[in-house]
Amino acid sequence: MTATDASAAGHAPDVHSRPDPAGISALSISCVSHSYGPRRALIDVSFAVAPASFTALLGLNGAGKSTLFALITRLFGIQAGRIGIFGHDISLAPGDALRLLGVVFQSRTLDLDLSVTQNLLYHAALHGIAKREARLRSDEVLTRIGLADRAGSKVRELSGGQMRRLEIARALLHRPRLLLLDEATVGLDVKARADILGHVRQLVIEQAIGVLWATHLFDEIMPEDDLVVLHQGQVLAHGPVENIIADARARDINSAFMRLTRAAADPGSPAP
Amino acid sequence: MSSTTVNRDQSGFSLAQYVTCLNGIVWREALRFVHQRERFVSALVRPLVWLFIFAAGFRQVLGISIIPPYETYILYEVYIAPGLMAMIQLFNGMQSSLSMVYDREMGNMRTLLVSPLPRWYLLFCKLVAGTAVSLLQVYAFLLIAWFWDIAPPTIGYLTVLPALVLSGLMLGALGMLISSGIKQLENFAGVMNFVIFPMFFASSALYPLWRVQEGSPLLYYVCLFNPFTHAVELIRFALYGQTNWISLAVVFCCTTAFMIGAIYAYDPSRGLVRRGPAGGET
Repeated sequence: MTATDASAAGHAPDVHSRPDPAGISALSISCVSHSYGPRRALIDVSFAVAPASFTALLGLNGAGKSTLFALITRLFGIQAGRIGIFGHDISLAPGDALRLLGVVFQSRTLDLDLSVTQNLLYHAALHGIAKREARLRSDEVLTRIGLADRAGSKVRELSGGQMRRLEIARALLHRPRLLLLDEATVGLDVKARADILGHVRQLVIEQAIGVLWATHLFDEIMPEDDLVVLHQGQVLAHGPVENIIADARARDINSAFMRLTRAAADPGSPAP
Repeated sequence: MSSTTVNRDQSGFSLAQYVTCLNGIVWREALRFVHQRERFVSALVRPLVWLFIFAAGFRQVLGISIIPPYETYILYEVYIAPGLMAMIQLFNGMQSSLSMVYDREMGNMRTLLVSPLPRWYLLFCKLVAGTAVSLLQVYAFLLIAWFWDIAPPTIGYLTVLPALVLSGLMLGALGMLISSGIKQLENFAGVMNFVIFPMFFASSALYPLWRVQEGSPLLYYVCLFNPFTHAVELIRFALYGQTNWISLAVVFCCTTAFMIGAIYAYDPSRGLVRRGPAGGET
């Protein structure tokens, strides 16, 4: 079925059938700044996420990660700078940009009184996906994340890890090409964390989805990842993890982060 | 895309996708309403208490002369029935806005707002969903009221429907506008005191305006400029197969104004920009 056929059937277009224009980033953030009154939450933030890549956004609590996510998802208006998703400006063409985006927020956004399937169908409706197609897709994503047997359960009956997996399933339902996850493993046990992280990494490989994974946990970052270090609203480093460690003359990402943040706090100290 | 396949708007969505979205939002609102049975019961008990107790007590005190749309002397219960129908919609509109504030605090609202469909349309769907729920409540009230000898002409049950839709949209849009300005759920109690009660009591819901004018000319003008008065009068006339054109115009204009205000307030580059991220997030 072509994208046109799918649309004619009342389905959301299958974005995977569209070729990627060469050189377009999955996510491009250029000179973005944001303030809450006098407090500056983001200062001149710029970086890009390549398609089919895993980029970790590392920052302590209060670094500005959630503010950045709110800007990317258009929950807040952009005060300065530009954000593009596969070349679509989020301010100028929000519909085109948001339909390519799946997002898992830090706080839970599921409706606890609805069942697992009802939550997915609601999300599908918000993306204009016809009911029959939505049912097929929800069965598919639930099977993939191992929740098929809980399809009829109320969400409030799920464990924390299952809720997170459901949120990821929901974010994938409309087949996005870029997935944002804001501290998706917070409050989960070690096994649930590993499962979710492993699942998201598989998505990058199997479905060529670009992922931006916001975290404050060093052990969630792998040497082959791209990394953005965000501290007090500013990007301190951006690039492959190994390069950042080497540039900081550190042993590992943990000590590299400490050196970078220390240097940012004390501009007079020698650069790492 | 060829123009012969599917008509799409500027945002690239077909009419079928818009309808799917509307159905989804109405369906979710209906599911939530079904799950909250106590909400349905309390929505019915409130006007029934007014009807069975308040009206029964006041019917001897308050005489109602023959005023349009009535053609004979009527019982006080008959007079306040349209006001109570509007009251159901007023409370439902505020309840919907309360649930929007709750959804925003809990994070559910984000699911709605990150949809790629235009935000004005998402808010409109939410409004339609809330109005649909209010219609169920009003007709349940009318059914019970029928056993209390409040029986408008049979055709009135049909002719009142467009009036109920319009007044439901107006009161829902007002609630939505209010919800956009409320930062915390706790602040909502103020809405009850400063919006619902003044709107209800300073209207023609419980007493005709000529009675108010006799008592206080100033209050009469307050009532006259209260949009809720016009919602009540629109329903009152429609229930008897008539149209109050002034009330229709006022309700229509207020619906449009409140809706534009709510869309403006929920625009990320304006209203929501003043807020910080949800609790615990940075």
